[in-house]
Amino acid sequence: MSDIEFEIDGKKVTADKGMTVLEVARKEGIYIPTLCHHEKLEPFGACRVCIVEVESRGSTRLVVSCVYPAEKNIIVRTRSPKVDRIRKTIVELLMAHAPDAPQLLEMAAVYGAVPNRYEKDPSFCIHCGLCVRYCAEVAKKHALGFVDRGVHKEISFIPEIAAKECHACKACFPLCPTSYLQAVFVLTEALSFPDPAKTK
Amino acid sequence: MLQIKTPAQLEEFREGLLSKRDPNKPCITLCSGSACHASGSTEVAARLEEELKTQGLADQVDIRRTGCHGFCERGPIIVIHPDEICYFQVQPDDVAEIITETIKGKKIIERLLYTDPVVNEKIIHESRIPFYKNQERLVFGSNGSIDPKSIDDYLAIGGYSALSKALTAMTDLEVLGEVKKANLRGRGGAGFPAGIKWEGSRNAPEPIKYVIVNADEGDPGAYMDRALLEGNPHCILEGLIIGGYAVKANEGYFYVRQEYPLAVINILHAIKEAERYGLLGENILGSGFNFKVHVHQGAGAFVCGESTALMTSLEGKAGEPRPKYVRSNVKGLWERPSVLNNVETWANVPMIINKGADWFTSIGTESSKGTKIFSLVGKITNTGLVEVPMGTTLREIIFTIGGGIPGGRKFKAVQTGGPSGGCIPEDKLDLQVGFDELTKAGSMMGSGGMIAMDEDTCMVDVARYFIAFLTDESCGKCVPCREGLRQMHRILTNITQGKGKEGDIELLEELAETAVEASLCALGKSAPNPFLSTLKYFREEYEAHIREKRCPALSCKELINFYIDPEKCRACGTCRKQCPASAINGDKKIIHIIDQDKCTKCGTCFEVCPTKFGAVTKLSGVPVPPPLPEDQRTIKKKSKENE
Repeated sequence: MSDIEFEIDGKKVTADKGMTVLEVARKEGIYIPTLCHHEKLEPFGACRVCIVEVESRGSTRLVVSCVYPAEKNIIVRTRSPKVDRIRKTIVELLMAHAPDAPQLLEMAAVYGAVPNRYEKDPSFCIHCGLCVRYCAEVAKKHALGFVDRGVHKEISFIPEIAAKECHACKACFPLCPTSYLQAVFVLTEALSFPDPAKTK
Repeated sequence: MLQIKTPAQLEEFREGLLSKRDPNKPCITLCSGSACHASGSTEVAARLEEELKTQGLADQVDIRRTGCHGFCERGPIIVIHPDEICYFQVQPDDVAEIITETIKGKKIIERLLYTDPVVNEKIIHESRIPFYKNQERLVFGSNGSIDPKSIDDYLAIGGYSALSKALTAMTDLEVLGEVKKANLRGRGGAGFPAGIKWEGSRNAPEPIKYVIVNADEGDPGAYMDRALLEGNPHCILEGLIIGGYAVKANEGYFYVRQEYPLAVINILHAIKEAERYGLLGENILGSGFNFKVHVHQGAGAFVCGESTALMTSLEGKAGEPRPKYVRSNVKGLWERPSVLNNVETWANVPMIINKGADWFTSIGTESSKGTKIFSLVGKITNTGLVEVPMGTTLREIIFTIGGGIPGGRKFKAVQTGGPSGGCIPEDKLDLQVGFDELTKAGSMMGSGGMIAMDEDTCMVDVARYFIAFLTDESCGKCVPCREGLRQMHRILTNITQGKGKEGDIELLEELAETAVEASLCALGKSAPNPFLSTLKYFREEYEAHIREKRCPALSCKELINFYIDPEKCRACGTCRKQCPASAINGDKKIIHIIDQDKCTKCGTCFEVCPTKFGAVTKLSGVPVPPPLPEDQRTIKKKSKENE
């Protein structure tokens, strides 16, 4: 029932009802960069690098493709000078936290992002939320979450749950684009539930 | 228990109320809003009761503790009816005199009257005072005449007649049509037409719908919603019930910020009273329409004023906006159609139903109808709440009503629309206030905050201040807002500290573009406005800070020095004695010198130097002249010099 027809970068594409623009692009092999997206997780819409231009009934606007629903007759452009500029700035901002994260370096090369453009920050978390959401939505353990708000927001394990669940799981580890998650886990473990074998 | 079951019973009850009220019986109304409470109105109220009792007048004079009258600069405010004698800044010790002189002796106490600063004349009646005279208080006006805790007071001024009319003489579609026709636009900030929002919810297929009052007022310096919630809760409640009827919702919510305790108390009380009278609950006024209302207190996040964040918070989750491209009037609270309107928007509804859309649209500009309440604060003579028709010029609001800038200082700019609004310069003062007019000028209506700034205000620092506020209040979910604002704040701070570099303006512009275009919610999308509008109108101030390390307003601490002009110093010693850093050297008849290494730039010397000398000055962008050699510091008598 591929009943929705529209266009991405000049290519005619079809979508089922409920699909997002990003899903359709992936299905068609059209590249749109992402950082906080994961197939198994609900769209988060936080990193904003999957931003694209959508033209609909004569007017053009910027939307994030991981959330924007496929619609009949829209024209999607995955790149434009403005889209590229925004992606460049986002990557540069995140490089203030994680200057050597492979995904960021890859995107920096594509969009001409300049590392060290902004003053560095000590935490290398980029708040993609993959760990928090994977643990909640797929592993269903809720062993970690976000705490605090805004620039002070950070991920934090709940020691009581983490002590019981994490050793056998660690499914979130490979998801982290910057290895910050592993650092937080090691710290939590050391402070709250040290491995008796290690402390001897 | 009293239960009003039909419109006829409501009118009968109202007539009964009015017949028991003698319009000639003296009534002392006392403002008891949060601002007047802070300036002592609770003590005044206690003294009034006590004094009336001791003077044997307890049953001959009524006391009514009302909500905010708006002229907060002069609180606590007392108005004595029916003569409408208005006393300002009343203290507990004035009470006995008021009772003896004015109530008993029918004499005016001159000292407590308002003095018109222009003609230097005392004014007796509230309505003659320029601050009030030039307003049009359609929404806010009842605040001064009713006790918010008394539903009878509200009924006595015609309260709930709009509800009665809507429920029994109009179909829900007709109510919706009237609000649509009135072109009532959202008073919370975006100015979206309420009728169209309502219609979207009404037409959404999901049968369970909600109507919500956004009372999460959080803009610094803005408190018009608080004044309405505290002073006239029934008016908002009545509007909400009518809205529920029009969109076919049977449940409503008040989302009130926790920092408004009196508002919460008064709203809860109003709901209880309305339920007791049968104006809320099952089968209201025999119409078959059921409606119930809940009150939810926020937990202190500015972003929860954003519609989707508010609804997420109402659901009990962390208040973060939703990324979905679905309007909340179609899929909002618990994924159900939800109409969210601001306090002031709801408060306009009963009036529109009572007087009709044609009357409402006769007030205002082409695209902005009705009135708007502004919260006038900052460097302004008459701080307070001001309600004017849309289309009133900024000049009228700031100068005619607000009384202009105090202290003989010059007006520089007015910041409108809250933290994510913009600054409008002097040459745009004839701009008519309206949603589209303010947006065109690079600012916005927002919820109605208006902060006046004088020539001593540094516009770069203003931008830094508001960006700091928004950085603090960002929820942190999306990168353009969280990281973009963090970096904007850093760069702006550097500029105000003299650490600005060439290219900073361009970098800020890039960050602003990313935040405006790519942020998840309206907070991030509008957050760069303080920077963009000050850059648009005051670019030269940015350039002076960056290139010359000079603050033209002589305000940024790191860029100024205090200096005592040796020609003007008379060695009075005032500054030396008051300097908290002991940074001033001098003695009797010895010209004073500021030790720049010790100076903390607190500005005390500048403040205390007698005006007749005016010897302390601020310097910026120029080196401080070297101190006079010690042997030249002795002040010789002028007469001798002349000889």
